Amino acid sequence: MTAVAELMDYAEVVERFDPVLGLEVHVELSTRTKMFCGCANLFGGKPNTHVCPTCLGLPGALPVMNGRAVESAIRIGLALNCEIAEWCRFARKNYFYPDMPKNFQTSQYDEPIAFDGHLDVVLDDGEVVRVGIERAHMEEDTGKSLHVGGATGRIHGAEHSLLDYNRAGVPLIEIVTKPITGTGERAPEVARAYVTALRDLLRAMDVSDVRMDQGSLRCDANVSLMRKGASEFGTRTETKNVNSLRSVERAVRYEMTRQAAVLAGGGTVKQETRHFQEADGTTSSGRTKETAEDYRYFPEPDLVPVAPSREWVEQLRATLPELPWERRKRIQQEWNLTDEELRDLINTGAADLVAATVDAGAEPGEARSWWVQYLTQQANAREVELADLPITPAQVARVIELVKSGELTNKLAREVVQGVLAGEGGPDEVVDRRGLKVVSDDSALLAAVDEALAAQPDVAEKIRGGKVQAAGAIVGAVMKATKGQADAKRVRELILERVGG
Amino acid sequence: MPNISRDEVAHLAKLARLAVTEEELDVFAGQLDQILDAVAAVGEVAKDDIPPTSHAVPLTNVFRADEVRPGLTQQQALAGAPAAEEGRFRVPRILGEEQ
Amino acid sequence: MTDLTRLPAAELAAKIHAREVTAVEVTQAHLDRIAEVDGLVHAFLHVDAEGALATARAVDADLAEGREPASALAGVPLALKDVLTTKDMPTTCGSRTLENWVPPYDATVTRRLRRAGVVILGKTNMDEFAMGSSTENSAFGPTRNPWDPERIPGGSGGGSSASLAAFEAPLAIGTDTGGSIRQPGAVTGTVGVKPTYGGVSRYGLVAFSSSLDQAGPCARTVLDAALLHEVIAGHDPLDSTSIDAPVPPVVAAAREGASGDLSGVRVGYVREFAGEHYQRGVLGSFERALGQLREQGAEVVEVSCPNFAYALPAYYLIAPSECSSNLARFDAMRYGLRVADDGEHSAEEVMSASREAGFGPEVKRRIMLGTYALSSGYYDAYYGSAQKVRTLISRDFAAAFERVDVLVSPTTPTTAFRIGERVDDPLAMYYADLCTIPANLAGNAAMSVPSGLSDDDGLPVGLQIMAPALADERLYRVGAAYETVRGPLLDRVPELKGVSV
Repeated sequence: MTAVAELMDYAEVVERFDPVLGLEVHVELSTRTKMFCGCANLFGGKPNTHVCPTCLGLPGALPVMNGRAVESAIRIGLALNCEIAEWCRFARKNYFYPDMPKNFQTSQYDEPIAFDGHLDVVLDDGEVVRVGIERAHMEEDTGKSLHVGGATGRIHGAEHSLLDYNRAGVPLIEIVTKPITGTGERAPEVARAYVTALRDLLRAMDVSDVRMDQGSLRCDANVSLMRKGASEFGTRTETKNVNSLRSVERAVRYEMTRQAAVLAGGGTVKQETRHFQEADGTTSSGRTKETAEDYRYFPEPDLVPVAPSREWVEQLRATLPELPWERRKRIQQEWNLTDEELRDLINTGAADLVAATVDAGAEPGEARSWWVQYLTQQANAREVELADLPITPAQVARVIELVKSGELTNKLAREVVQGVLAGEGGPDEVVDRRGLKVVSDDSALLAAVDEALAAQPDVAEKIRGGKVQAAGAIVGAVMKATKGQADAKRVRELILERVGG
Repeated sequence: MPNISRDEVAHLAKLARLAVTEEELDVFAGQLDQILDAVAAVGEVAKDDIPPTSHAVPLTNVFRADEVRPGLTQQQALAGAPAAEEGRFRVPRILGEEQ
Repeated sequence: MTDLTRLPAAELAAKIHAREVTAVEVTQAHLDRIAEVDGLVHAFLHVDAEGALATARAVDADLAEGREPASALAGVPLALKDVLTTKDMPTTCGSRTLENWVPPYDATVTRRLRRAGVVILGKTNMDEFAMGSSTENSAFGPTRNPWDPERIPGGSGGGSSASLAAFEAPLAIGTDTGGSIRQPGAVTGTVGVKPTYGGVSRYGLVAFSSSLDQAGPCARTVLDAALLHEVIAGHDPLDSTSIDAPVPPVVAAAREGASGDLSGVRVGYVREFAGEHYQRGVLGSFERALGQLREQGAEVVEVSCPNFAYALPAYYLIAPSECSSNLARFDAMRYGLRVADDGEHSAEEVMSASREAGFGPEVKRRIMLGTYALSSGYYDAYYGSAQKVRTLISRDFAAAFERVDVLVSPTTPTTAFRIGERVDDPLAMYYADLCTIPANLAGNAAMSVPSGLSDDDGLPVGLQIMAPALADERLYRVGAAYETVRGPLLDRVPELKGVSV
């Protein structure tokens, strides 16, 4: 183990240094097929079952671009206010690694499809920071390796590795910011807010699952410091393995305090890749490479250039959905929210989810209550972002609809949501599988009522004697017998009918 | 310009993942030097104002519909593998880090 | 009885389709011939007698039931270069690294041959990964030239051409990156065509240099080549560089040319294709060919293509660069030869050791050359400059084709050299491609047609005809006309019977 790094107190860091950030975000597109072949783009699955000669890099196989992925790339570029290239090519990035079947990655190099844009990011207190976008380019994902043997199951100390290429060739968009300067002590917050805004944007566009926990959105954080008053950037480090929004903020903050301590101690920051450790919020040095990488880029001869006509670009621009910040403005007006209420909604990560739930047909108050209360509790319990809960706004809207139509009680509705979160399928499926329909058939309920009354003759007597509140015990018994699937109000009516009758 | 050293050849072999022998280093250094000397002639006519050609045919925008096509079964995928285990390609321990 | 192995493909097809002979008889005759002479010639790396006879039986059954033949070549045997994938036969590319590798898929060319009812006899020998001009770089031993077994049959497709000249097959498939169809055609007295780049699908053609590789027909007559061209050409959605246009009317052009009349055809000969590297007998044969073309009514003029002098250097930068990347996939992880996997060595070490053991010297030389040419710091001087030369060569062609319909030259500067003569001198070997390379760099169509025997050594010489991209039919018109007047050549090939190694 390496020695524990010296850290500088954060207040001192921002007093003496200006941080410079650069964020590289990789997004897996949710196209039906891979970037260059017709294999299904599916998460998980049995190993090496979504593969073909092309994505396995078999001799002789050739790539053909997925038109839908190119469209998504252009739409993302447009949403990020980028210029769209009139003509651009793919290149080969040559390096050997077992998870890469061809030992080159088909990627864009000096001719990205989208470049020179920006994304406005709103911080918690409402301050807006404009983050410049250097470029957004298309590339392909690698396969996955499983390291066997050794103590940790990680690459270090493993005896051998097992490779699955289901993910190889999945379309990726890499979005690179321009250097983010002048954010001072708020740099970690800006980093997090940027990735959050990007995630919300991509989700609204329906181009990616944007699940950081599953790797469909990945962030590498470049951090460097320069002394106050200096004009040249310092040496940067690139921190990988940052798997949540919270980690983005922590990783940047940690690197700032670590680098500051190095610089203050008269040392120099080493340009290197570092790995974020989720457990303790630190970063650690990757092993230094024996030789500087030389990727020997050259234009990919197996793919022809992409030359999007201006007409096509404008057609795609017209398909952009209401963007998250526009939608927020709209819901504030429509729901009559104060700035503060809106911000709370945004800060819990619920705003877009609520809006999407409303768009799917739910009443705004119900939608808000589900996301802000019950689902936020669930997210907290699971230590995930609200948006990363495995339930969609459309599914929440469906649950609300079922309650409204009387098919579910509130209690049953929560059980249905639990089922969805547990991966048992959509609301209707869970209702079917778990048999959670409200028992609205009076004859079935009457049988249960009669049984309960017969079992507790004394209580029945009390009710008959005018003690109506005693009916509660019978209601309880009936609810228990029907496993909570009865409408309690109706049960009460039936009891009174029966006894009084 | 060329004049490629034995060390440079060793570096190239490493980049290209070729465990060449000492004898090969000597032979290749001489031959690569000779070949590079001959091919350097391209510089005589490759002026700044000449655009490079990367593709022999002037095609653009060749796209595929986003439709799933049948691929290989796991068995077919692994049929040529030097070693396989649990439906995966088995490879020796990897030293380098992922990129 | 006629010796079936001596007949051109067109005649064999006519006899089979008229049910004068069966496809099985034709196939068996060729299998017998292979058994008889291939011990000496070594044109084949793999013979699939069972598969060939099964295909032949299916063709015969179809005809017996009165169905139309699947194509003009249904039932005719063919030799397939071992660089095109076949799912029922190994595909080795003449390399130790792919020894015994059976691909899980068929190349598009293979698929089209099968669909056309062409009988695939087996896979032919070649320089390892198509790198070479003599077939001496095959890991499985050289192929011998049927005109003189002490000499090379050309390369890289020496196996395909030798199989034609040895009457082991009436048709063959070759691939041409810098002349690998035309140069073997020239030195074996056979016909070879490199179609326009993009005219024949590269899907399943194990890539050497992707922007130059092109599969094409090899035959003993121009008409046979045209018939085969028509079977394998045409748009393929699996190859992004495949041209989506009708196949040029090559068969009609070959039939038209058979009249021998070339009135109104403008033929240019390239001034720069002469000089120190050219054998006297080759130039003499070329002079006679020009005279004959004039007699046939062609207008023959001199044209200048000053940049052709830079084609060879440009080729020996572009091809190795692309090959260094294309061959990176042979890393012993997913397929192919693996050595040193003893639990001690790492993946990286196993890769390097396996590549070292699996590749021959020419392949290693070119991989290193290409790695160098693409390295940062050298890219502009080498690869970048070579791509500019490519532009200049295309401009030379364009200017020439303003004035003439086709260009002609000797196919190769010399006749077949002796086995072993140039193995230690890579540069001398590279000169064999001097005249053929420009058409690859520009993507044009080109053909080699026999132009008699050299005065000085009595060995075959080829006449190269070059046409603009997409005008492949001009090759066939001029080639067929020239062939008609010049008369047959292969009836002068020495008898191989009874010769043993």
